[in-house]
Amino acid sequence: MAYRTHLGSLKSYQKGSLDIVNDDKKHYAFSNLFEVAGKAKPFERVAVTKNIEYVVEVSKIDGTSPWYAAAHDEFVVIMDGDVTVNFVKLDPSAAVPTGKRGATQLAAAPNGQKMGYVRAKLGNQVLLPTGAAYQLVSNGAPAVVLMQTLGGDVTIERWKDICIS
Amino acid sequence: MTAATASTDIKIVGKDSELGFTEFQFGSFKFRRDEYFAHVAWPHGTRIIEIDRFLRALVRDIGWQFFYGWIFFDDVFGTQNHYGSVDIFAGTYDGGYKAAKTDFMETFPTDKVVTAFDTIARDWISEGYDPLRAPQETGTPLGSKREPRKDALVRGFTPATRMLGLPGDVTPRSDATGHPVNRAFADLKLEKPEVHAEKGFEGQLNAINLFDHIARSDVTWNPSVASITGASIFCVTSEEHMLPVIHGNDRNEWFIQLSDEIHWQIQDKNTGNPRGRIVMKAGDVCAMPADIRHQGFAPKRSMLLVAENGTPGLDELYAKGKLPPYPLDF
Repeated sequence: MAYRTHLGSLKSYQKGSLDIVNDDKKHYAFSNLFEVAGKAKPFERVAVTKNIEYVVEVSKIDGTSPWYAAAHDEFVVIMDGDVTVNFVKLDPSAAVPTGKRGATQLAAAPNGQKMGYVRAKLGNQVLLPTGAAYQLVSNGAPAVVLMQTLGGDVTIERWKDICIS
Repeated sequence: MTAATASTDIKIVGKDSELGFTEFQFGSFKFRRDEYFAHVAWPHGTRIIEIDRFLRALVRDIGWQFFYGWIFFDDVFGTQNHYGSVDIFAGTYDGGYKAAKTDFMETFPTDKVVTAFDTIARDWISEGYDPLRAPQETGTPLGSKREPRKDALVRGFTPATRMLGLPGDVTPRSDATGHPVNRAFADLKLEKPEVHAEKGFEGQLNAINLFDHIARSDVTWNPSVASITGASIFCVTSEEHMLPVIHGNDRNEWFIQLSDEIHWQIQDKNTGNPRGRIVMKAGDVCAMPADIRHQGFAPKRSMLLVAENGTPGLDELYAKGKLPPYPLDF
């Protein structure tokens, strides 16, 4: 038998359902990441999960993103599209303070050594290492990414807008 | 009802001369099987569980090292992880058994339960049957004892420590590791990322095809760690048929459906009373609160990402009511 795998995308997705009894639907914070990305502005990092200090952010990459850095590792998963991630090694004087949670958006392109780049497509996961600044660039159509990180300055929470209630 | 443990070593207490299977006692629990069923007995009670269901739960419970929280083999029998010790319970989280005072629980050191469950699994599983594979991919556990399996019963549980594919960390699955792409994902276009590191930064940039890694899993309902930052853990898993346990987490967790769909039956963790049904399709994101149990059903093999907070001691905060069981108020 030939199986057909169903994936979502910015242009086409189906949302599931939440039939809850004896509980509050909001406790399940049910959303769809493609819907969230579709309604967001480019490069907004909208939280779709929150587990105390840890979040998963969804972002629509349309063009060239700002530069970001963090005091901890982050990871990005490409859920739709084709993205190039550029990396620059931050000078120690420009590093994000130890202990600061989440990504920091840099005011300008970082001074530092170019570390290289990763070209990532659907289903790829990329390490965003601590100590490095990174920038995401869409190749062609807008892309959708998930970021594994901590909640911080650039994390947008709009649960009422994105969740079934 | 709980009891001090009489013995923390598994014992052989009988053998079925016709079918060939061994009967075991571990603490106050007795375990035997016949052609179709596992029979579990404890002071004041007994329970029958279909053998395929029982073995699928048993092997995963061992491999997960009892996972987070409660693993219900069915609505009555299961284990609870205390991260150093394990409760084995029967009826403790069922209103009827509690009311009749036929519930029972015993606590054992974790390593003793691993040994006990592994001993049972090793005796009860025969060649040709792999409880970690989807039912369409393996043989049957039914019938009398056949030639025992000689390979590892538990596999696929090796976690990454920072990220799959990093030097010194776990290698993603591939043809070279003996993991071809599963038949259910043969239609996927799985492209590798391109990593271009400048001189001096080799090994510092890392990227993998996560979907490819999941598509090559030869086990089902077996979350394995792909990436960790702090205590944020991304576990990925391929799911087909049904989750052979009902999972009651001891902390809030999140599911992100990467492909296809899974249907979840949701119950109150303590009573088993229904809480509802959730259908997740590709792109859906949903919290699984700490006061529920859930069981998944995947009509077609699908990819799931589970986001956990592995902070030590978090389970105690939820248990003491210092954290609400659900993640958000809005």
